[in-house]
Amino acid sequence: MMVTGRYNKQDDHHLYEIQEQNELGARIHFVKFEMTYFEKCLDFIKENLVSSHGEMMGKVVKATGGGSHKYTNLIRDKLGLECDKEDEMQCLIQGCIFVLRNITNEAFEYQRHSPQPYKFQTMDADLFPFLLVNIGSGVSIVKVESHDKYERIGGSSIGGGSFLGLGCKLTKAKNFDELLQLASQGDHRNVDMLVRDIYGGAYSALGLPGELIASSFGKMVSAKDGEGQEFEEQDIAKSLLHTISNDIGQISCLYAQLHGLRKIYFGGFFIRGHPVTMHTITYAINFWSRGTLQALFLRHEGYLGAIGAFLKGAEEDDSEKYCWGENYAGSSGLHSTSPPPDFIPRDRTASFDRFELDRLERPLVSLPALLDPPSYFPDTVDLTEDPDARKYWLDCFEEALGKVAARAVASQPSRDDAEMRAQQFMAKYNKRLETLREHPFAYGSLTVRSLLDTREQCLNEFHFADPYQHIKQQENEAALRILPERLQHLDSLEFRARQVALAEGLLAGNVFDWGAKAITRLMEGDDSFGFEEAMSKLQARPWLVDDLDPWLERLQDHPHKCALIFADNSGLDIILGVFPFAREMVLRGTQVILCANSKPALNDVTYGELKILAKKVAELCPTIRTALSEGHLKVMASGAASPCLDLSRIDEMLSQECQRRGVDLVVLEGMGRAIHTNYHAAFSCESLKLAVLKNKWLANRLGGDVFSVIFKYTKGSKVEGKTPSKNDIGTQQPRKSPETDR
Amino acid sequence: MAANGAAKPAMDGATTRRPRLGSMSRPPFPWFGMDIGGTLAKLVYYEPTDITPDEAEAERDSLKVIRKYLTSNVAYGKEGIRDTHLEMKNLALCGRKGNLHFIRFPTTGMERFLHMGHEKNFSSLHTTFCATGGGAYRFEEDFLRIAGLQLNKLDELDCLIHGIHYIDSSKFNGSSECYWYKNPTREDLCEKMPFDFRNPYPYIVVNIGSGVSILAVYSQDDYKRISGTSLGGGTFLGLCCLLTGCDTFEDAIEMAANGNSTNVDKLVKDIYGGDYTRFALSGETVASSFGNMHIKEKREAASKEDLARATLVTITNNIGSIARMCALTEKIERVVFVGNFLRVNPISMKLLADAMDFWSSGQLKALFLEHEGYFGAVGALLQLTKTSPFDVPIDQ
Repeated sequence: MMVTGRYNKQDDHHLYEIQEQNELGARIHFVKFEMTYFEKCLDFIKENLVSSHGEMMGKVVKATGGGSHKYTNLIRDKLGLECDKEDEMQCLIQGCIFVLRNITNEAFEYQRHSPQPYKFQTMDADLFPFLLVNIGSGVSIVKVESHDKYERIGGSSIGGGSFLGLGCKLTKAKNFDELLQLASQGDHRNVDMLVRDIYGGAYSALGLPGELIASSFGKMVSAKDGEGQEFEEQDIAKSLLHTISNDIGQISCLYAQLHGLRKIYFGGFFIRGHPVTMHTITYAINFWSRGTLQALFLRHEGYLGAIGAFLKGAEEDDSEKYCWGENYAGSSGLHSTSPPPDFIPRDRTASFDRFELDRLERPLVSLPALLDPPSYFPDTVDLTEDPDARKYWLDCFEEALGKVAARAVASQPSRDDAEMRAQQFMAKYNKRLETLREHPFAYGSLTVRSLLDTREQCLNEFHFADPYQHIKQQENEAALRILPERLQHLDSLEFRARQVALAEGLLAGNVFDWGAKAITRLMEGDDSFGFEEAMSKLQARPWLVDDLDPWLERLQDHPHKCALIFADNSGLDIILGVFPFAREMVLRGTQVILCANSKPALNDVTYGELKILAKKVAELCPTIRTALSEGHLKVMASGAASPCLDLSRIDEMLSQECQRRGVDLVVLEGMGRAIHTNYHAAFSCESLKLAVLKNKWLANRLGGDVFSVIFKYTKGSKVEGKTPSKNDIGTQQPRKSPETDR
Repeated sequence: MAANGAAKPAMDGATTRRPRLGSMSRPPFPWFGMDIGGTLAKLVYYEPTDITPDEAEAERDSLKVIRKYLTSNVAYGKEGIRDTHLEMKNLALCGRKGNLHFIRFPTTGMERFLHMGHEKNFSSLHTTFCATGGGAYRFEEDFLRIAGLQLNKLDELDCLIHGIHYIDSSKFNGSSECYWYKNPTREDLCEKMPFDFRNPYPYIVVNIGSGVSILAVYSQDDYKRISGTSLGGGTFLGLCCLLTGCDTFEDAIEMAANGNSTNVDKLVKDIYGGDYTRFALSGETVASSFGNMHIKEKREAASKEDLARATLVTITNNIGSIARMCALTEKIERVVFVGNFLRVNPISMKLLADAMDFWSSGQLKALFLEHEGYFGAVGALLQLTKTSPFDVPIDQ
């Protein structure tokens, strides 16, 4: 369902029609399962796709992997479709590039003994060159210099197959998982000869600690005079894992150094997200590079080949044109489980895993005004690293779940199955919260943003595309009715008073936010709660962060060239807060790009709605009308579908427009865009970050109380300064933001 | 012998190859050098052959007993062995003439060795016992407690390098100490060729004992440990013992000589049905060492000999691969392989020769030395002749 965006002039009661329609974006579903179920999977495909749809005729199945040559005939026979074998390494490399380019927090470092062992990487604009070490049966080491320039520079025959082969020979384990299980219980020191076994202690002249392995399996050399060795098969498994991981780490490191490469990504079935394996490889890389290199792992390493094969098939569809995003709702995270796919019997506890990717209609790029894109980190608090914050927010989302579900049901009064779907949504999201309590790192860095986005995606999953559509409509209509009066009032004020009123207006509009518990209660209890009331709720000045004076001072100076405003809520916020502000800017001679979410999220105004609202406002306000028709005011889509904002992933067209118009002021309003994300974002131009803290816990953390006001005005930095640590929101008690103190 | 490790800064003030006239003193006999590794203890003994009648007169009985015991036997106890084929005859050392003997026994026999030293009244000779290798540290107390001997502990890498230089420049009974393999992969054409090592710098030393140490040597006194691996001779023998139930290195090597590793390893053709042409990998290339052993039938079909061969090939190729990359990183063309892993082990030497040659398109050369594992012990002996507290002028 979605807002069709058709403005209906004839209807006095409604600005626009809400039509239910199924919005089906392109989505890729990946399922990882044991080869035991391969035939069942083919049967499933045949039943559900091939036999029922005529258009499957003549299509080609792309297969890759060392084993693909064994199965191509089976695929052909079962499905009656052609099957192309695609080169394994090529698919792997393309898959790797794809996930690194498209998936947030795909790569991570692993530090086992740290309280938060997963250190997720932000998306890397300078992806190339890198080393890809694929550990399958053997090891392939590939230097990747660009999308189509890569070379297998080496390899090793000591890989996952050696671990499994020797392990099966030396222990009772019958498969990989049993062997890993054994390994995790063993002590390699009973099997390996350590430096201290030779030296009696450390070899200090060379700085080799006594615990270092001098000779793997060195203690297994049988002593003729019957000096019996005490060891268990667990110890053998552990030693084997160490031996092989260490060796791979060393060889990878040597190749990286020989070719001057800084980044080493590890993939292949040997890794499997297994902590001991990742730890030993990390240790080896760190050891052999003397700390200059870090081993990087991938959340979706098991899918690289399949993604690459898919991309091969999609080449004719210009897959490069699109951007993709991970659908959290449909993906299993690291160490988390999801229900088995339909072709796997429910009573089997087989190992499988899912990964879903949504195609975004347009490419996403960085906002040009970001000071230093590589160091930009959208989220203010990383909940994976902050146990208190994590607990609070997980509890918070759990508590709010009933309300969210109720609103979803209420948004679809004509649908009989809404109640049932809402229950399913609740169950799914609850399960996810449980998973995240146990494995906070399962989907990359856990943040308020990721929790919100996951909730939106889960709602979508059960066909609640826009639960706030009716509320947004009512609010928009109500606000439009008050707008002329508001504009009149503003126009009656002197310059300075007007600027203050406009700033307060932006903030007051921000009190309306169905996402925040406090306001939900307020508004549901009191129908007449309006703009003036909201104004009166605002904290009295000085605000918690109060840069209003420097901002007013700035307004005395020359007008900005172009202001980029990211709008937040529908209703009072956009109409009484944002539009008058934009109008003032235009009157000052500043161009304005007003942008909104591309797709619905909470009660945030969407691009579709904003286009209609702009027209409606234009009817009421000649300044806006002229600005729109002459292009001084432009309404655009941000590319996002979230109450938060990742400025490293905005619509390419918006980015180009910013560049073209020379944006020199970025305005972020609302908790989602200015507090949960971007609070510490540094821009090369001026910025305003405005929000009313409607969450008591967060307000307290920032040293204020609920309804505290953040009005943060920052002059652009031209030189690269140190960006504040992303977690200092917990410690600072700002009166003025540090940037303006300078 | 220690394997994993950081680089060592270049040595300063290391010993010179030969004692300089007048500046050196001569220690009393007996002259020993010892290298106690993780698996094997190596002992070199210098037997003077120019003993004057006066000297003989003054010689203590215990010294005579030791000389006679060591030189008249080729085996000591159950496990001690004298490598007679390595004996260096008429060697001038510290102004004396004599024969250098090379003896080895398992490190597990150290205690028995010390008891023997006690029985033969070693301590009465007031000799300094120079020892290197990890065992010099580990057994230091035992030397004192059991045999009454004070150890002079020496760095194993210093000893190794000095030993190599000394032996090579002394010539091995008139023939070349250093050699290489021509046509290492062709059994019919393979030849051991002498190599002139007079001007060797820079070169890489790969010392394969229980573990592996890799050194870059830029001059007589300038060298550093650049790498190493824990997958060495101890790994080969340890895995072989587990996989085949064998007891000794010799058994393991003999089994390996009669085995076929392709029954154990997974080859490129086993995965891809042939060559992997895209990456120019021949179907015969090993894709995964032991990669067939998770398959029950293949596991049951593989013989002990096959397993021993696969272990040998795996460990050797891995060392070759690491050594090659170290050489490329250091931009050094000569790679000298030493250590007792190469003893009675032409399979590995030829594999290493081929690995250096093939993967570097002939740019790198694998070199070998006849006295494989004894250089550390020789280096220790050299230190003795330099650092003796007794002031005996040298009449060279």
